[in-house]
Amino acid sequence: MSKIVEGLLYSESHEWVKVDGQVAIIGVSDFAQSELGDITYVDMPAVGDEVEREGELGALESVKTAADLYSPVSGVIVACNTAVEDDPSLINADPYSNWIVKVEMSDSTELDSLLSAAAYAASIEK
Amino acid sequence: MKYYDKLIFELSKEGRSACTLPLPDRKLELPETLRRSSKAVLPQVSEADVVRHYTNLSQMNFGVDTGFYPLGSCTMKYNPKINEEVASLPGFRDVHPLQPGAKGYEQLYEEMDKALASITGMAHFTFLPCAGAHGELTGLMLMRSYHESRGDFKRKRIIVPDSAHGTNPASAALCGLEVVVVKSGENGLVDVESLKPLLGDDLAGIMLTNPNTLGLFERDIKAIAELVHSCGGLLYYDGANMNALMGVVRPGDMGFDILHLNLHKTFSTPHGGGGPGSGPVGVCNKLVSLLPTVRTSAFHGNAGVILKAYAYILMLGKENIAKLGKLACLNANYIKEELKDCYKLPIDTVCKHEFVFDGLEGANTLDVAKRLLDYGYHAPTIYFPLLFHQAIMIEPTETESKETLDDFIAVMRKIACEAKENPELLHSAPHNTPVSRPDETLAARQPVLKWQSQ
Repeated sequence: MSKIVEGLLYSESHEWVKVDGQVAIIGVSDFAQSELGDITYVDMPAVGDEVEREGELGALESVKTAADLYSPVSGVIVACNTAVEDDPSLINADPYSNWIVKVEMSDSTELDSLLSAAAYAASIEK
Repeated sequence: MKYYDKLIFELSKEGRSACTLPLPDRKLELPETLRRSSKAVLPQVSEADVVRHYTNLSQMNFGVDTGFYPLGSCTMKYNPKINEEVASLPGFRDVHPLQPGAKGYEQLYEEMDKALASITGMAHFTFLPCAGAHGELTGLMLMRSYHESRGDFKRKRIIVPDSAHGTNPASAALCGLEVVVVKSGENGLVDVESLKPLLGDDLAGIMLTNPNTLGLFERDIKAIAELVHSCGGLLYYDGANMNALMGVVRPGDMGFDILHLNLHKTFSTPHGGGGPGSGPVGVCNKLVSLLPTVRTSAFHGNAGVILKAYAYILMLGKENIAKLGKLACLNANYIKEELKDCYKLPIDTVCKHEFVFDGLEGANTLDVAKRLLDYGYHAPTIYFPLLFHQAIMIEPTETESKETLDDFIAVMRKIACEAKENPELLHSAPHNTPVSRPDETLAARQPVLKWQSQ
């Protein structure tokens, strides 16, 4: 059973969002990391890049496969977590404390369309 | 078999050599900038060391000459030895294909062009591309040139199904096209209704593999071709699965405009381990003028491989090529039907030359694949296509006998029993190979790519 943290917002493509004022802190869910298996490479966007909701944010490569990351919100990249870039295994070890990027949101009403912890749990049950 | 895992550098002894060359009469006058500053680190070994080293290593190998290799979407068929014999004829072996007066090669390219055109229903081929993905890029560049030659510069999108080989979107992106994914329906086929909204006057074309990577024939191909053509797009055929259709149906007749073939899959030339491959690209009449010119200064692709594939075509002849696709499909369906009571078959229908199981109840597909190695089989393709989480994709090819298929089926059934009765046997497999489970994660995260002296 994958771990889902209460209080975060989730996308159907398995990213989580923690809201800090106008900034969305983004990572991937425990379900995503366990489906991927051992992650070997994190392809990061650059700080200053503009991203659109559901647009490509980067990619995760694992021993098994490669998966694109999608941005749950529109905005501008304000920070990338270089720690997970240097050591991708951090995401496998604890996907919720090891965020990947921070996005300054251009439209925080987009958050309304994301899933609650309970709704996300139901969506991965299927 | 003796276990052998040495690197040739580990055999090295200072001053040892396989031959002695006379010193040059005069000092070589290389400019300072071109000279090495330190000596090259090369192994110093005797001739016997070299021969034994590589012979021992070759015996640790697995290939179509040692056993069954049911690698889905990769057509690992047996490579007839007559191909090698023909390619070794001095008239070919000792002549460079671009050498003036290389009449034999000229004739080869002409006849091969005709043979492939008649097998696929295309007008003409270029033999430049050296393998499949190279062919894809060449084909897509032809697609782009076609639109641009008509003054149409707005076609930037290309449709690729979600079941496609990863090389399709990669080649399209490399060609500067924007990839749009069309979803497969419940039946595993391209859904025509989902395709319609993706059409438009900015569409360059669609890339399809038929039969697709689930081993299913895209039945709506005629409708798809009409839709794509009606909005001005072209159809690209990925030839990876051509083996299923050999001698039965032709991509040209289905409406495809451009295709590549993998001679190292469908036409029995060596595949894997460096091949080398060959990925000729064929086009319909309206694109012929855009083909790279073959008989001027351009290279001839992998000439020896084209020669081997032509030997294969001549050896089979028209009547045997007509049987090939049918036998490949029969073999795949036989394995599928014999195993579907113990492996999950997500799409239970008549398949073409390959099919996909969605794993085994209560076991990991990786463990099943590793256990197969213990029984002397190369593992099938696993975790692809991505549509099924525990995918195992099996393609036996037409070159295997019923006895080989029966033995494989028996082993697959045995593994299904072991998974229930003694799952640990699978988790720790393989037990009988020189190397058990390499640490793939460590290898990917901290690769050591060359020999390092201590």
